[in-house]
Amino acid sequence: MYLHIEDWFPVILSLRVAILVVIMVAALGLPLSRFMARHDFYGKDVLEAFITLPLVLPPSVIGYGLLVLIGKNGVIGKYLDTLGINLIFTWYAIIMAAAVVAFPLFYQTAKAAFNSVDPNYEKAARTLGANELRVFFTITLPLAWHGVTAGLVLAFARALGEFGATLMVAGNIPGQTQTIPVAIYYAVDRGDDVTARTLVLIITLFSFAVIWGVNRWRKNIE
Amino acid sequence: MLEAHIQRALWHFDLDLQLHNGNQIVVLWGPSGCGKTTTLNILAGLLAPEQGSITLHERVLFSSSSHINIPARHRHIGYLLQDYALFPHKTVMQNVRYGIRSKSSDRSISPPAPRQLLKEFGIQHLADRYPGQLSGGEKQRVALARALITNPKLLLLDEPFSALDYENKVRLRQELKHIHNEWRIPMVMVTHDQEDASYLGDVIMKLEMGRIVDRVYRETAGPPENIADAGRNFVVGVEY
Repeated sequence: MYLHIEDWFPVILSLRVAILVVIMVAALGLPLSRFMARHDFYGKDVLEAFITLPLVLPPSVIGYGLLVLIGKNGVIGKYLDTLGINLIFTWYAIIMAAAVVAFPLFYQTAKAAFNSVDPNYEKAARTLGANELRVFFTITLPLAWHGVTAGLVLAFARALGEFGATLMVAGNIPGQTQTIPVAIYYAVDRGDDVTARTLVLIITLFSFAVIWGVNRWRKNIE
Repeated sequence: MLEAHIQRALWHFDLDLQLHNGNQIVVLWGPSGCGKTTTLNILAGLLAPEQGSITLHERVLFSSSSHINIPARHRHIGYLLQDYALFPHKTVMQNVRYGIRSKSSDRSISPPAPRQLLKEFGIQHLADRYPGQLSGGEKQRVALARALITNPKLLLLDEPFSALDYENKVRLRQELKHIHNEWRIPMVMVTHDQEDASYLGDVIMKLEMGRIVDRVYRETAGPPENIADAGRNFVVGVEY
């Protein structure tokens, strides 16, 4: 059982996508979840339901939604088209699909983690002269770290495993948009058992290693 | 010198009170839910009143009429929160040092050396421990050291003895009195315990439903001989 050089492409692409998505989701999700955990405002429930929606919608609905947005004749897509930018069937579309489905998982977990931090620690830090940024990075984030890392792992796993929406917006172009899940699907479809089995083994071992490693690391910092 | 007049609508009633503190220990005494902690939060800058003004040593910290609201981090007010809120992921030394580098706006007074301060509070042997490994009395000393290292111009204390057993409470009450004499910082302390109020308070303000219903002034300076005598050293002030 072995893979040709070009057969490694889905593995590298999937990892690149998952890592980038985790960075994007964290950059956007950390401030948003922290804000939502500490503030109440009119329409918050509606906004939260909207953020969480991709978690419960079928992946085909996400894919369709993205096509409506960034397709050649889509709401945003037609403007991008006049600028000569096309996102559909590129790896940018894979990133978008994976980010949309991974975001609510991270958001929910991080928000729960921030909610569990006693606001009195933050108050104490403020009276000791800390500005909001310092309060966040020295008090809130370290105390919520456990939940935040759990959210990062979940987002990573979800991005790595994204299939339905990815297929709809990025298709299956070997060497360009073929991720591990898509490659497995088409390998099975054409009866290429060796490739399918190898990719299944790789993604299973890798996912196992990530979860095991993070759990061990979290145990150590406790 | 603290001058404050604050008004704020709370859940069931309106908070409306006036405070004056020269260099004394002012005690806000009253049942739970009467607006004591809210008052401290407002003084500290963690909560804004709707109306009023707060002045500390001639510096305006809050004024609704001239739209001034200095944030908590620039108020130079030490605040001992209920249960002390020691950062659980930081050691005693890290907790105590937390306030040092933040106070960039006031370089004229150098902060006390952390080691020296820990020694003064008798907690130097705990420097590398985490708050979870401390007793109630030790926690309170660490919290006091953490608040005092920033050279605060006012010290707020929210039920500072509620988590302590009687013996510790009596000892730490004396220490607090000592700190007040040594550091010359005006203090505003909140308590529901009459004994704490009469032992420590130079002025005791009785708070009910957000209003001061009674003010009691200590007649003689200095702590009373014993707690039983405390009541006799007070005269009843004017109805407010």
